[in-house]
Amino acid sequence: MTQLALVIDLNVCVGCHACVTSCKEWNTSGTAGSMSDDNPYGQDPTGTFFNRVQTFEVGTYPNTETVHFPKSCLHCEDPPCVPVCPTGASYKRAEDGIVLVDYDKCIGCKYCSWACPYGAREIDEHLKVMKKCTLCVDRIYDTALPETERKPACVLACPTSARLFGDVHDPESQVSVAIRENGGYQLLPEWGTNPANHYLPRRKTRITIHEDELERVDNPLKKERRQPRPGFDEPTLDDVTSW
Amino acid sequence: MHPAFSVIFLTTLIGVGQGLFLALFTGHLYSVIKVVPMSADPQTFYGLGSLVALVFLGGGLFASFFHLGHPERAWRSAARWRTSWLSREVIVLPGFMGMLTLYGLVQYTAWNPVLTNLGPIIVDLSMVVGVLATIMAFALFLCTAMIYACIKFLQEWASPLTVVNYTLLGTASGFTLATAFAAMYAPELVRFYGIWAIIITITALFTRIASLIRNSRIKHKSTLQSAIGVRHPKVVQKAQGSMGGSFNTREFFHGKSADFLKSIKWIFLVLVFPVPVLMIMMGLSSAAFATLLVAFAIQYVGLLAERWFFFAQANHPQNLYYQTI
Repeated sequence: MTQLALVIDLNVCVGCHACVTSCKEWNTSGTAGSMSDDNPYGQDPTGTFFNRVQTFEVGTYPNTETVHFPKSCLHCEDPPCVPVCPTGASYKRAEDGIVLVDYDKCIGCKYCSWACPYGAREIDEHLKVMKKCTLCVDRIYDTALPETERKPACVLACPTSARLFGDVHDPESQVSVAIRENGGYQLLPEWGTNPANHYLPRRKTRITIHEDELERVDNPLKKERRQPRPGFDEPTLDDVTSW
Repeated sequence: MHPAFSVIFLTTLIGVGQGLFLALFTGHLYSVIKVVPMSADPQTFYGLGSLVALVFLGGGLFASFFHLGHPERAWRSAARWRTSWLSREVIVLPGFMGMLTLYGLVQYTAWNPVLTNLGPIIVDLSMVVGVLATIMAFALFLCTAMIYACIKFLQEWASPLTVVNYTLLGTASGFTLATAFAAMYAPELVRFYGIWAIIITITALFTRIASLIRNSRIKHKSTLQSAIGVRHPKVVQKAQGSMGGSFNTREFFHGKSADFLKSIKWIFLVLVFPVPVLMIMMGLSSAAFATLLVAFAIQYVGLLAERWFFFAQANHPQNLYYQTI
């Protein structure tokens, strides 16, 4: 069974928000209708987004690290938001594991957003239906697009290739290899939701060099090197020997 | 969570309606087995009482529509009763209202054929309808409470105490209203209802305090570390991904100070429990309708505060991603 998902490499993400804007651009222009905003150019802009980038600072100065953290629907394999929906508007597709909302069935009761521990669902304050990441379902199967472009908008937009897209159930897919080999992990694993999206942790490239590797103890050159001179107040060789 | 008044009114109003019916039917059963005197005018008392309960349930149903973004599609919400407690509530609430209407009509028209005899007890139509409605009233309490109790990561709600409290608090308010109602239409039953109202209110006090204690000791399973997967004791959020806030910063936090929350807690602890109990005691001695009605009104206002606190107290793990809201 296929389970499409994103793998987000926190080691590479620079927090540029290109995924956020490209997501909004693609999905607000799509057939599913716009994603409403309030005060988009005003003082306190607010609106509906499928994807947001948050920033965290880890550690205490000067040993701090900035982690940019893109967050969208994780397309859980056991999504708690789906069974609670009273109308069946919220559903998980059997064929590819994408969790979707049928905007024509949604009554806007917000119960699914309460049942999502990740805060991945946002209500559209004007269209009054619940909205969430669709993994660009209207794009990834579009045969009118060249095959390389049949990916979610956020993946195509990422300038550092921090976002990978693929089937996490196929052990040889790019995403599965990345999760396996780079320590991919899930968010809030304690609730058993089994999110399909994974994150790759920050990684440091380090080599361990011991001191004796920098300076050989048994260096033969040392045997012939200039011997240390005695200090001015120490006796010279001439002083301590007499013949 | 951000308490929505539509849901506060829904849960409290239907609680009164269910409780009032349970009170009426308890009185009915007790009079059948002759523990309490039969009300002098059962047609008016049970018929009109059912109508009053129906008005409360209807008010709750009306309030619930204000919670929906698309109320015109509300009929769809009966679809997923296999998995969703909300869907089950949507089915059971009108079902209970229908049964209650039937019960009220049977009583009011006194068209009440005897169906069978269980020894000395005569089982008539009103009894069968009443038993069915009682089952539905309890099922409705279960559905309403399980909507909240089934979300396991909302740890303040995910407890059997949620179901117990919804049931007891709704029943308590219904019995208090029944006491006042009896003072008007069946004075011989005032004592019976009043004492039950006091017993249920005091039981509810214990179970509500039990849940307050449980919630004050809760250790939340999720942390900012497990939320973003960074193992470091010091993680500070610098940006939340929005400038003017978002649905996530508005829906999941009550937006009030800790002192405000605390004051609401004491307000409901006083208004729901000791004040109505004292007023019922006062009202019982004189069977004063006005006193008992005020006792119900105070308890209901207290229940509004209780429900507000119930919602506000729940701490959603998504707030870990939104540290400053």
